[in-house]
Amino acid sequence: MLWTSIKRVIKGGVVNFYRNGFVSLASVLIMTVTLFVIGSVLFLSATLTASLDEIKSKVDVNVYFLTSAKEEDILALAEALRTLPEVKDVEYVSREQALTDFKKRHEHDELTLQALEELPDNPLGAVLNVKAKEPSQYEGIAGFLKGDNALGGGTKTLIDEVNYYDNKVAIDKLSRILVSAEKLGFAAALMLVIISISIAFNTIRLAIYISREEIGVMRLVGASNKYIRGPFVVSGILYGITASLLTLALFYPLTYYLGDSLQNFFSGLNLFTYYLVHFGEFFLILVGSGIVLGAVSSFLAVRRYLNV
Amino acid sequence: MIYFDNVSKVYSDSSTALSGVTLTIHPKEFVSLVGHSGAGKTTLLKMILAEERPTSGSVLFDATDIHTLRRHKLHQYRRKIGAIFQDFRLLPNKTAFENIAFAMEMVGRSDAEIAVDVPYVLQMVDLGTKMWNFPHELSGGEKQRVAIARAIVNQPDVVIADEPTGSLDPINTYDIVQILKKINDLGTTVILTTHNKGVIDSLGKRVITMEKGKVIRDDPTGKYVL
Repeated sequence: MLWTSIKRVIKGGVVNFYRNGFVSLASVLIMTVTLFVIGSVLFLSATLTASLDEIKSKVDVNVYFLTSAKEEDILALAEALRTLPEVKDVEYVSREQALTDFKKRHEHDELTLQALEELPDNPLGAVLNVKAKEPSQYEGIAGFLKGDNALGGGTKTLIDEVNYYDNKVAIDKLSRILVSAEKLGFAAALMLVIISISIAFNTIRLAIYISREEIGVMRLVGASNKYIRGPFVVSGILYGITASLLTLALFYPLTYYLGDSLQNFFSGLNLFTYYLVHFGEFFLILVGSGIVLGAVSSFLAVRRYLNV
Repeated sequence: MIYFDNVSKVYSDSSTALSGVTLTIHPKEFVSLVGHSGAGKTTLLKMILAEERPTSGSVLFDATDIHTLRRHKLHQYRRKIGAIFQDFRLLPNKTAFENIAFAMEMVGRSDAEIAVDVPYVLQMVDLGTKMWNFPHELSGGEKQRVAIARAIVNQPDVVIADEPTGSLDPINTYDIVQILKKINDLGTTVILTTHNKGVIDSLGKRVITMEKGKVIRDDPTGKYVL
Protein backbone atom coordinates (compact mmCIF):
# COMPACT_ATOMS: atom_id res chain seq x y z
CA MET A 1 0.00 0.00 0.00
CA LEU A 2 2.72 2.43 1.05
CA TRP A 3 4.93 1.29 -1.80
CA THR A 4 2.07 1.73 -4.27
CA SER A 5 1.53 5.29 -3.02
CA ILE A 6 5.22 6.13 -3.29
CA LYS A 7 5.34 4.67 -6.77
CA ARG A 8 2.29 6.68 -7.83
CA VAL A 9 3.62 9.92 -6.34
CA ILE A 10 6.96 9.51 -8.13
CA LYS A 11 5.26 8.62 -11.38
CA GLY A 12 2.94 11.62 -11.03
CA GLY A 13 5.91 13.91 -10.49
CA VAL A 14 7.80 12.57 -13.50
CA VAL A 15 4.72 12.83 -15.72
CA ASN A 16 4.08 16.42 -14.56
CA PHE A 17 7.71 17.24 -15.27
CA TYR A 18 7.56 16.38 -18.94
CA ARG A 19 3.93 17.28 -19.64
CA ASN A 20 4.51 20.82 -18.31
CA GLY A 21 7.53 20.96 -20.59
CA PHE A 22 7.84 24.71 -20.93
CA VAL A 23 7.30 25.49 -17.27
CA SER A 24 9.81 22.79 -16.37
CA LEU A 25 12.32 24.20 -18.82
CA ALA A 26 12.00 27.68 -17.36
CA SER A 27 12.36 26.41 -13.80
CA VAL A 28 15.34 24.27 -14.73
CA LEU A 29 17.09 27.20 -16.43
CA ILE A 30 16.55 29.54 -13.48
CA MET A 31 17.78 26.88 -11.09
CA THR A 32 20.78 26.36 -13.33
CA VAL A 33 21.64 30.02 -12.90
CA THR A 34 21.33 29.66 -9.13
CA LEU A 35 23.49 26.57 -9.00
CA PHE A 36 25.95 28.22 -11.35
CA VAL A 37 26.29 31.08 -8.89
CA ILE A 38 26.83 28.62 -6.05
CA GLY A 39 29.45 26.78 -8.09
CA SER A 40 31.18 30.01 -9.08
CA VAL A 41 31.34 31.00 -5.43
CA LEU A 42 33.12 27.72 -4.74
CA PHE A 43 35.63 28.48 -7.51
CA LEU A 44 36.00 32.03 -6.31
CA SER A 45 36.76 30.99 -2.77
CA ALA A 46 39.25 28.39 -4.03
CA THR A 47 41.01 31.04 -6.12
CA LEU A 48 40.93 33.54 -3.30
CA THR A 49 42.30 31.06 -0.80
CA ALA A 50 45.04 29.98 -3.20
CA SER A 51 46.01 33.59 -3.93
CA LEU A 52 46.05 34.50 -0.26
CA ASP A 53 48.16 31.45 0.56
CA GLU A 54 50.52 32.41 -2.19
CA ILE A 55 50.88 35.93 -0.87
CA LYS A 56 51.19 34.73 2.71
CA SER A 57 53.95 32.33 1.76
CA LYS A 58 55.97 35.20 0.34
CA VAL A 59 56.05 37.02 3.65
CA ASP A 60 58.86 36.06 6.02
CA VAL A 61 61.21 37.47 8.62
CA ASN A 62 64.95 37.28 8.03
CA VAL A 63 67.37 37.11 10.91
CA TYR A 64 70.85 38.26 9.92
CA PHE A 65 73.65 37.02 12.15
CA LEU A 66 77.00 38.56 12.90
CA THR A 67 79.87 36.99 11.01
CA SER A 68 81.33 36.06 14.37
CA ALA A 69 78.30 34.00 15.36
CA LYS A 70 79.07 30.32 15.78
CA GLU A 71 77.15 27.90 13.64
CA GLU A 72 76.00 25.70 16.54
CA ASP A 73 74.55 28.74 18.34
CA ILE A 74 72.62 29.67 15.22
CA LEU A 75 71.32 26.13 14.79
CA ALA A 76 70.34 26.10 18.47
CA LEU A 77 68.37 29.30 17.93
CA ALA A 78 66.75 27.80 14.84
CA GLU A 79 65.71 24.81 16.98
CA ALA A 80 64.32 27.15 19.62
CA LEU A 81 62.32 28.99 16.94
CA ARG A 82 60.92 25.75 15.59
CA THR A 83 59.44 24.96 18.99
CA LEU A 84 57.33 28.14 18.89
CA PRO A 85 53.71 27.36 17.99
CA GLU A 86 53.45 30.34 15.62
CA VAL A 87 56.39 29.27 13.49
CA LYS A 88 55.67 27.28 10.38
CA ASP A 89 59.14 26.87 9.00
CA VAL A 90 62.74 27.98 9.65
CA GLU A 91 65.24 27.91 6.84
CA TYR A 92 68.97 28.11 7.66
CA VAL A 93 71.30 29.74 5.17
CA SER A 94 74.96 29.30 6.12
CA ARG A 95 77.62 31.94 5.50
CA GLU A 96 79.02 29.96 2.57
CA GLN A 97 75.59 29.49 1.10
CA ALA A 98 74.90 33.20 1.50
CA LEU A 99 78.11 33.98 -0.34
CA THR A 100 77.33 31.62 -3.19
CA ASP A 101 73.85 33.09 -3.50
CA PHE A 102 75.29 36.58 -3.51
CA LYS A 103 77.79 35.73 -6.20
CA LYS A 104 75.15 34.14 -8.29
CA ARG A 105 72.91 37.16 -7.93
CA HIS A 106 75.68 39.45 -9.08
CA GLU A 107 77.33 37.24 -11.65
CA HIS A 108 77.12 39.99 -14.30
CA ASP A 109 78.34 42.66 -11.95
CA GLU A 110 82.13 42.54 -12.29
CA LEU A 111 82.73 45.48 -10.01
CA THR A 112 80.97 43.99 -7.03
CA LEU A 113 82.62 40.63 -7.55
CA GLN A 114 86.02 42.27 -7.73
CA ALA A 115 85.35 44.18 -4.54
CA LEU A 116 84.34 40.93 -2.91
CA GLU A 117 87.63 39.34 -4.00
CA GLU A 118 89.52 42.14 -2.28
CA LEU A 119 88.10 41.29 1.10
CA PRO A 120 90.12 38.99 3.29
CA ASP A 121 87.11 37.09 4.63
CA ASN A 122 83.51 36.27 3.72
CA PRO A 123 81.70 39.45 4.78
CA LEU A 124 78.27 37.83 4.89
CA GLY A 125 76.69 36.46 8.02
CA ALA A 126 74.40 33.47 8.19
CA VAL A 127 70.65 34.01 7.79
CA LEU A 128 67.57 32.37 9.21
CA ASN A 129 64.40 32.76 7.13
CA VAL A 130 61.45 32.40 9.48
CA LYS A 131 57.94 31.79 8.20
CA ALA A 132 54.92 32.18 10.44
CA LYS A 133 51.62 30.37 10.06
CA GLU A 134 49.71 33.67 9.99
CA PRO A 135 51.03 37.08 8.96
CA SER A 136 49.82 38.56 12.24
CA GLN A 137 52.20 36.32 14.18
CA TYR A 138 55.41 37.91 12.92
CA GLU A 139 55.22 40.50 15.63
CA GLY A 140 55.48 37.81 18.30
CA ILE A 141 58.33 36.06 16.56
CA ALA A 142 60.22 39.29 16.13
CA GLY A 143 59.62 40.08 19.78
CA PHE A 144 60.93 36.66 20.74
CA LEU A 145 64.12 37.29 18.81
CA LYS A 146 64.51 40.80 20.25
CA GLY A 147 64.06 39.59 23.77
CA ASP A 148 66.47 37.67 25.88
CA ASN A 149 64.42 34.51 26.14
CA ALA A 150 65.71 32.82 22.98
CA LEU A 151 69.10 31.72 24.19
CA GLY A 152 69.29 32.96 27.73
CA GLY A 153 70.67 36.41 26.88
CA GLY A 154 73.16 35.15 24.33
CA THR A 155 71.22 36.30 21.26
CA LYS A 156 72.30 39.88 21.43
CA THR A 157 75.82 38.89 20.63
CA LEU A 158 74.70 36.77 17.70
CA ILE A 159 72.08 38.77 15.83
CA ASP A 160 73.08 41.62 13.60
CA GLU A 161 69.63 42.59 12.42
CA VAL A 162 66.03 41.38 12.28
CA ASN A 163 64.31 42.89 9.26
CA TYR A 164 60.81 42.59 10.65
CA TYR A 165 60.75 46.18 11.83
CA ASP A 166 61.65 47.42 8.35
CA ASN A 167 58.82 45.40 6.88
CA LYS A 168 56.43 45.90 9.75
CA VAL A 169 54.21 48.44 8.03
CA ALA A 170 53.99 46.39 4.87
CA ILE A 171 53.28 43.19 6.75
CA ASP A 172 50.61 44.79 8.93
CA LYS A 173 48.92 46.29 5.93
CA LEU A 174 49.01 43.01 4.10
CA SER A 175 47.46 41.11 7.00
CA ARG A 176 44.65 43.63 7.17
CA ILE A 177 44.06 43.43 3.41
CA LEU A 178 44.00 39.66 3.51
CA VAL A 179 41.49 39.56 6.34
CA SER A 180 39.16 42.09 4.73
CA ALA A 181 39.48 40.48 1.30
CA GLU A 182 38.31 37.22 2.80
CA LYS A 183 35.43 38.90 4.62
CA LEU A 184 34.36 40.89 1.59
CA GLY A 185 34.53 37.90 -0.70
CA PHE A 186 32.45 35.87 1.70
CA ALA A 187 29.83 38.60 2.10
CA ALA A 188 29.53 39.19 -1.64
CA ALA A 189 29.25 35.47 -2.30
CA LEU A 190 26.62 35.03 0.39
CA MET A 191 24.63 37.92 -1.06
CA LEU A 192 24.70 36.46 -4.55
CA VAL A 193 23.71 33.05 -3.30
CA ILE A 194 20.78 34.45 -1.31
CA ILE A 195 19.53 36.50 -4.25
CA SER A 196 19.71 33.65 -6.70
CA ILE A 197 18.10 31.19 -4.29
CA SER A 198 15.16 33.53 -3.78
CA ILE A 199 14.77 33.91 -7.55
CA ALA A 200 14.73 30.15 -7.98
CA PHE A 201 12.28 29.82 -5.11
CA ASN A 202 9.94 32.33 -6.70
CA THR A 203 10.13 30.69 -10.09
CA ILE A 204 9.01 27.40 -8.62
CA ARG A 205 6.27 29.17 -6.75
CA LEU A 206 5.04 30.64 -10.01
CA ALA A 207 5.20 27.23 -11.66
CA ILE A 208 2.97 25.87 -8.92
CA TYR A 209 0.75 28.94 -8.97
CA ILE A 210 -0.23 27.84 -12.47
CA SER A 211 -1.49 24.61 -10.92
CA ARG A 212 -3.40 26.17 -8.04
CA GLU A 213 -6.81 25.31 -9.49
CA GLU A 214 -5.66 21.79 -10.06
CA ILE A 215 -4.71 21.57 -6.41
CA GLY A 216 -8.19 22.79 -5.49
CA VAL A 217 -9.78 20.13 -7.68
CA MET A 218 -7.64 17.42 -6.12
CA ARG A 219 -8.73 18.57 -2.68
CA LEU A 220 -12.38 18.53 -3.69
CA VAL A 221 -12.28 15.03 -5.13
CA GLY A 222 -10.84 13.82 -1.86
CA ALA A 223 -7.07 13.66 -2.30
CA SER A 224 -5.05 13.81 0.90
CA ASN A 225 -2.50 16.61 1.32
CA LYS A 226 0.41 14.21 1.04
CA TYR A 227 -0.90 12.80 -2.19
CA ILE A 228 -1.33 16.27 -3.69
CA ARG A 229 1.99 17.60 -2.52
CA GLY A 230 4.09 14.55 -3.34
CA PRO A 231 4.20 14.84 -7.13
CA PHE A 232 5.02 18.56 -6.93
CA VAL A 233 7.93 17.85 -4.62
CA VAL A 234 9.09 15.10 -6.97
CA SER A 235 8.93 17.55 -9.89
CA GLY A 236 10.89 20.06 -7.82
CA ILE A 237 13.57 17.47 -7.13
CA LEU A 238 13.71 16.68 -10.84
CA TYR A 239 14.20 20.39 -11.61
CA GLY A 240 17.06 20.39 -9.13
CA ILE A 241 18.74 17.28 -10.50
CA THR A 242 18.44 18.39 -14.12
CA ALA A 243 19.69 21.87 -13.32
CA SER A 244 22.66 20.58 -11.33
CA LEU A 245 23.71 18.17 -14.07
CA LEU A 246 23.43 21.02 -16.55
CA THR A 247 25.58 23.22 -14.32
CA LEU A 248 28.21 20.51 -13.87
CA ALA A 249 28.34 20.10 -17.64
CA LEU A 250 28.63 23.87 -18.12
CA PHE A 251 31.60 24.19 -15.80
CA TYR A 252 33.61 21.65 -17.78
CA PRO A 253 34.26 23.72 -20.94
CA LEU A 254 34.20 26.96 -18.98
CA THR A 255 36.99 26.02 -16.61
CA TYR A 256 38.86 24.45 -19.50
CA TYR A 257 38.96 27.74 -21.41
CA LEU A 258 39.46 29.97 -18.39
CA GLY A 259 41.90 27.71 -16.60
CA ASP A 260 45.14 28.74 -18.32
CA SER A 261 44.59 32.47 -18.47
CA LEU A 262 43.38 32.71 -14.89
CA GLN A 263 46.26 30.58 -13.70
CA ASN A 264 48.75 33.16 -14.89
CA PHE A 265 46.68 36.07 -13.71
CA PHE A 266 46.01 34.90 -10.19
CA SER A 267 47.56 32.34 -8.05
CA GLY A 268 48.87 29.44 -10.01
CA LEU A 269 45.67 27.55 -9.32
CA ASN A 270 44.37 25.96 -12.49
CA LEU A 271 40.58 25.94 -12.27
CA PHE A 272 40.24 23.09 -14.73
CA THR A 273 42.47 20.72 -12.80
CA TYR A 274 40.91 21.96 -9.57
CA TYR A 275 37.48 21.13 -11.00
CA LEU A 276 38.54 17.67 -12.10
CA VAL A 277 40.23 16.88 -8.80
CA HIS A 278 37.29 18.15 -6.74
CA PHE A 279 34.58 16.91 -9.09
CA GLY A 280 33.11 14.63 -6.42
CA GLU A 281 32.63 17.53 -4.02
CA PHE A 282 31.18 19.74 -6.73
CA PHE A 283 28.81 16.96 -7.70
CA LEU A 284 27.60 16.44 -4.15
CA ILE A 285 27.26 20.14 -3.35
CA LEU A 286 25.47 21.11 -6.57
CA VAL A 287 23.18 18.08 -6.84
CA GLY A 288 22.50 18.29 -3.10
CA SER A 289 21.60 21.97 -3.13
CA GLY A 290 19.56 21.47 -6.31
CA ILE A 291 17.50 18.74 -4.70
CA VAL A 292 17.03 20.61 -1.44
CA LEU A 293 16.14 23.86 -3.21
CA GLY A 294 13.65 22.16 -5.54
CA ALA A 295 12.03 20.06 -2.85
CA VAL A 296 11.75 22.80 -0.22
CA SER A 297 10.47 25.41 -2.68
CA SER A 298 7.80 23.05 -4.00
CA PHE A 299 6.82 21.92 -0.53
CA LEU A 300 6.34 25.49 0.69
CA ALA A 301 4.66 26.67 -2.49
CA VAL A 302 2.02 23.93 -2.52
CA ARG A 303 1.20 24.58 1.12
CA ARG A 304 -0.26 27.94 0.17
CA TYR A 305 -2.85 26.40 -2.09
CA LEU A 306 -3.83 23.49 0.13
CA ASN A 307 -6.16 25.55 2.32
CA VAL A 308 -9.35 24.66 0.44
CA MET B 1 -28.79 11.06 5.25
CA ILE B 2 -28.02 14.78 4.87
CA TYR B 3 -29.64 17.08 7.35
CA PHE B 4 -29.46 20.87 7.41
CA ASP B 5 -30.36 22.18 10.84
CA ASN B 6 -31.28 25.87 10.76
CA VAL B 7 -28.20 26.73 8.70
CA SER B 8 -27.26 30.36 8.03
CA LYS B 9 -24.35 31.81 6.15
CA VAL B 10 -23.64 35.50 6.44
CA TYR B 11 -20.71 36.95 4.53
CA SER B 12 -21.33 40.50 5.72
CA ASP B 13 -24.29 42.51 6.98
CA SER B 14 -25.42 43.28 3.46
CA SER B 15 -24.75 39.83 2.05
CA THR B 16 -26.55 36.82 3.38
CA ALA B 17 -26.17 33.60 1.39
CA LEU B 18 -28.35 31.34 3.52
CA SER B 19 -30.73 32.13 6.33
CA GLY B 20 -32.28 29.49 8.52
CA VAL B 21 -32.32 26.59 6.06
CA THR B 22 -33.67 23.36 7.49
CA LEU B 23 -34.10 20.37 5.20
CA THR B 24 -33.52 16.65 5.02
CA ILE B 25 -32.27 14.65 2.05
CA HIS B 26 -33.00 10.94 2.26
CA PRO B 27 -30.92 8.10 0.86
CA LYS B 28 -31.50 7.24 -2.83
CA GLU B 29 -33.37 10.47 -3.42
CA PHE B 30 -32.98 12.58 -6.56
CA VAL B 31 -33.24 16.18 -5.40
CA SER B 32 -33.18 19.22 -7.66
CA LEU B 33 -32.37 22.66 -6.31
CA VAL B 34 -33.71 25.58 -8.31
CA GLY B 35 -33.65 29.31 -7.85
CA HIS B 36 -32.25 32.51 -9.25
CA SER B 37 -28.55 33.17 -9.28
CA GLY B 38 -27.54 34.15 -5.78
CA ALA B 39 -30.42 32.28 -4.18
CA GLY B 40 -27.96 30.15 -2.20
CA LYS B 41 -27.96 26.89 -4.14
CA THR B 42 -24.22 26.70 -4.63
CA THR B 43 -23.55 27.78 -1.04
CA LEU B 44 -25.76 24.90 0.08
CA LEU B 45 -23.73 22.43 -2.00
CA LYS B 46 -20.44 23.91 -0.78
CA MET B 47 -21.61 23.27 2.78
CA ILE B 48 -22.07 19.59 1.96
CA LEU B 49 -18.58 19.48 0.44
CA ALA B 50 -17.22 21.27 3.52
CA GLU B 51 -15.89 24.05 1.34
CA GLU B 52 -17.85 26.61 3.34
CA ARG B 53 -18.68 26.67 7.04
CA PRO B 54 -22.08 27.81 8.26
CA THR B 55 -22.21 30.98 10.33
CA SER B 56 -24.79 29.25 12.54
CA GLY B 57 -26.56 25.91 12.54
CA SER B 58 -25.06 22.59 11.54
CA VAL B 59 -24.95 20.17 8.62
CA LEU B 60 -25.09 16.47 9.39
CA PHE B 61 -24.01 13.70 7.05
CA ASP B 62 -25.39 10.45 8.45
CA ALA B 63 -24.44 11.03 12.09
CA THR B 64 -21.39 13.25 11.65
CA ASP B 65 -21.43 17.01 11.92
CA ILE B 66 -19.43 17.91 8.81
CA HIS B 67 -18.02 21.15 10.12
CA THR B 68 -16.53 19.67 13.26
CA LEU B 69 -14.29 17.41 11.16
CA ARG B 70 -10.60 18.14 11.45
CA ARG B 71 -8.93 19.60 8.40
CA HIS B 72 -6.67 16.59 7.81
CA LYS B 73 -9.68 14.23 8.03
CA LEU B 74 -11.69 16.18 5.47
CA HIS B 75 -10.41 14.35 2.43
CA GLN B 76 -11.66 11.04 3.83
CA TYR B 77 -15.12 12.51 4.26
CA ARG B 78 -15.07 13.98 0.74
CA ARG B 79 -14.49 10.56 -0.74
CA LYS B 80 -18.10 9.71 0.17
CA ILE B 81 -19.23 12.42 -2.23
CA GLY B 82 -18.85 12.61 -5.97
CA ALA B 83 -18.86 16.19 -7.23
CA ILE B 84 -19.68 17.47 -10.72
CA PHE B 85 -19.35 21.15 -11.66
CA GLN B 86 -20.41 23.42 -14.48
CA ASP B 87 -16.77 24.08 -15.36
CA PHE B 88 -15.88 20.34 -15.25
CA ARG B 89 -12.75 20.84 -13.10
CA LEU B 90 -10.74 18.09 -14.73
CA LEU B 91 -6.99 17.91 -14.26
CA PRO B 92 -5.69 19.44 -17.51
CA ASN B 93 -2.43 17.53 -17.60
CA LYS B 94 -4.04 14.13 -17.25
CA THR B 95 -5.87 12.09 -19.87
CA ALA B 96 -9.49 11.05 -19.39
CA PHE B 97 -8.27 7.69 -18.12
CA GLU B 98 -5.79 9.27 -15.72
CA ASN B 99 -8.33 11.76 -14.38
CA ILE B 100 -10.52 8.90 -13.30
CA ALA B 101 -7.61 6.72 -12.22
CA PHE B 102 -6.44 9.60 -10.02
CA ALA B 103 -9.67 9.44 -7.99
CA MET B 104 -9.16 5.70 -7.55
CA GLU B 105 -5.48 5.98 -6.66
CA MET B 106 -6.29 8.34 -3.82
CA VAL B 107 -8.47 5.82 -2.08
CA GLY B 108 -5.73 3.23 -2.48
CA ARG B 109 -7.24 0.96 -5.11
CA SER B 110 -4.85 -1.42 -6.82
CA ASP B 111 -3.56 -1.00 -10.36
CA ALA B 112 -5.50 -4.10 -11.41
CA GLU B 113 -8.78 -2.64 -10.16
CA ILE B 114 -8.03 0.64 -11.91
CA ALA B 115 -7.32 -1.14 -15.18
CA VAL B 116 -10.74 -2.82 -15.01
CA ASP B 117 -12.95 -0.12 -13.48
CA VAL B 118 -11.89 2.94 -15.46
CA PRO B 119 -12.79 1.54 -18.89
CA TYR B 120 -16.01 0.26 -17.36
CA VAL B 121 -17.21 3.65 -16.08
CA LEU B 122 -16.06 5.37 -19.26
CA GLN B 123 -18.17 2.87 -21.19
CA MET B 124 -21.04 3.68 -18.85
CA VAL B 125 -20.89 7.39 -19.72
CA ASP B 126 -20.47 6.46 -23.38
CA LEU B 127 -16.88 7.66 -23.77
CA GLY B 128 -14.99 4.42 -24.24
CA THR B 129 -13.18 5.58 -27.36
CA LYS B 130 -11.62 8.76 -25.96
CA MET B 131 -9.94 7.25 -22.96
CA TRP B 132 -6.47 8.55 -23.84
CA ASN B 133 -7.42 12.08 -24.84
CA PHE B 134 -6.55 15.09 -22.75
CA PRO B 135 -9.39 17.37 -21.57
CA HIS B 136 -8.51 20.08 -24.09
CA GLU B 137 -9.08 17.56 -26.86
CA LEU B 138 -12.63 16.83 -25.68
CA SER B 139 -15.89 18.72 -26.25
CA GLY B 140 -17.87 20.18 -23.35
CA GLY B 141 -20.25 17.25 -23.24
CA GLU B 142 -17.38 14.79 -23.31
CA LYS B 143 -15.54 16.60 -20.52
CA GLN B 144 -18.65 16.49 -18.39
CA ARG B 145 -18.92 12.75 -18.99
CA VAL B 146 -15.36 12.31 -17.79
CA ALA B 147 -16.20 14.39 -14.72
CA ILE B 148 -19.26 12.23 -14.03
CA ALA B 149 -17.23 9.05 -14.49
CA ARG B 150 -14.69 10.41 -12.01
CA ALA B 151 -17.45 11.29 -9.55
CA ILE B 152 -19.02 7.84 -9.56
CA VAL B 153 -16.03 5.54 -9.95
CA ASN B 154 -15.53 5.15 -6.20
CA GLN B 155 -19.23 4.43 -5.66
CA PRO B 156 -19.94 7.44 -3.46
CA ASP B 157 -23.02 7.71 -1.25
CA VAL B 158 -23.99 11.03 -2.81
CA VAL B 159 -23.38 12.69 -6.15
CA ILE B 160 -23.52 16.48 -6.14
CA ALA B 161 -24.00 18.16 -9.50
CA ASP B 162 -23.73 21.95 -9.52
CA GLU B 163 -25.27 23.11 -12.79
CA PRO B 164 -23.67 20.27 -14.75
CA THR B 165 -25.53 21.20 -17.91
CA GLY B 166 -24.97 24.95 -17.61
CA SER B 167 -22.57 25.14 -20.53
CA LEU B 168 -23.87 22.30 -22.68
CA ASP B 169 -26.15 22.12 -25.72
CA PRO B 170 -29.66 20.56 -25.41
CA ILE B 171 -28.65 17.12 -26.67
CA ASN B 172 -25.70 16.83 -24.32
CA THR B 173 -27.88 18.20 -21.53
CA TYR B 174 -30.39 15.46 -22.14
CA ASP B 175 -27.67 12.79 -22.17
CA ILE B 176 -26.06 14.05 -18.97
CA VAL B 177 -29.41 14.09 -17.17
CA GLN B 178 -30.08 10.55 -18.36
CA ILE B 179 -26.74 9.46 -16.94
CA LEU B 180 -27.54 11.12 -13.60
CA LYS B 181 -30.89 9.36 -13.57
CA LYS B 182 -29.19 6.06 -14.22
CA ILE B 183 -26.79 6.70 -11.34
CA ASN B 184 -29.78 7.43 -9.11
CA ASP B 185 -31.56 4.27 -10.29
CA LEU B 186 -28.49 2.29 -9.23
CA GLY B 187 -29.01 3.53 -5.67
CA THR B 188 -26.93 6.72 -5.30
CA THR B 189 -28.39 9.91 -3.88
CA VAL B 190 -28.17 12.72 -6.43
CA ILE B 191 -28.38 16.44 -5.65
CA LEU B 192 -28.69 18.61 -8.74
CA THR B 193 -28.85 22.35 -9.20
CA THR B 194 -29.97 23.74 -12.52
CA HIS B 195 -31.60 26.66 -14.31
CA ASN B 196 -33.00 24.40 -16.99
CA LYS B 197 -36.78 24.19 -16.82
CA GLY B 198 -36.91 21.32 -19.28
CA VAL B 199 -34.59 19.21 -17.17
CA ILE B 200 -36.65 19.69 -14.00
CA ASP B 201 -39.98 19.09 -15.70
CA SER B 202 -38.77 15.91 -17.39
CA LEU B 203 -37.40 14.45 -14.16
CA GLY B 204 -40.58 14.52 -12.11
CA LYS B 205 -38.61 14.20 -8.87
CA ARG B 206 -38.36 16.25 -5.67
CA VAL B 207 -37.74 19.95 -6.32
CA ILE B 208 -36.53 22.43 -3.70
CA THR B 209 -36.95 26.06 -4.69
CA MET B 210 -34.79 28.68 -3.04
CA GLU B 211 -34.94 32.44 -2.94
CA LYS B 212 -32.73 34.90 -1.12
CA GLY B 213 -31.14 32.21 1.00
CA LYS B 214 -34.40 30.61 2.08
CA VAL B 215 -36.26 27.48 1.01
CA ILE B 216 -39.57 28.76 -0.33
CA ARG B 217 -40.98 25.54 -1.77
CA ASP B 218 -40.26 21.85 -1.32
CA ASP B 219 -42.29 19.72 -3.69
CA PRO B 220 -41.91 15.89 -3.83
CA THR B 221 -42.78 15.66 -7.55
CA GLY B 222 -42.22 19.20 -8.53
CA LYS B 223 -42.16 21.36 -11.59
CA TYR B 224 -39.91 24.30 -12.30
CA VAL B 225 -41.80 27.28 -10.93
CA LEU B 226 -40.20 30.64 -10.23
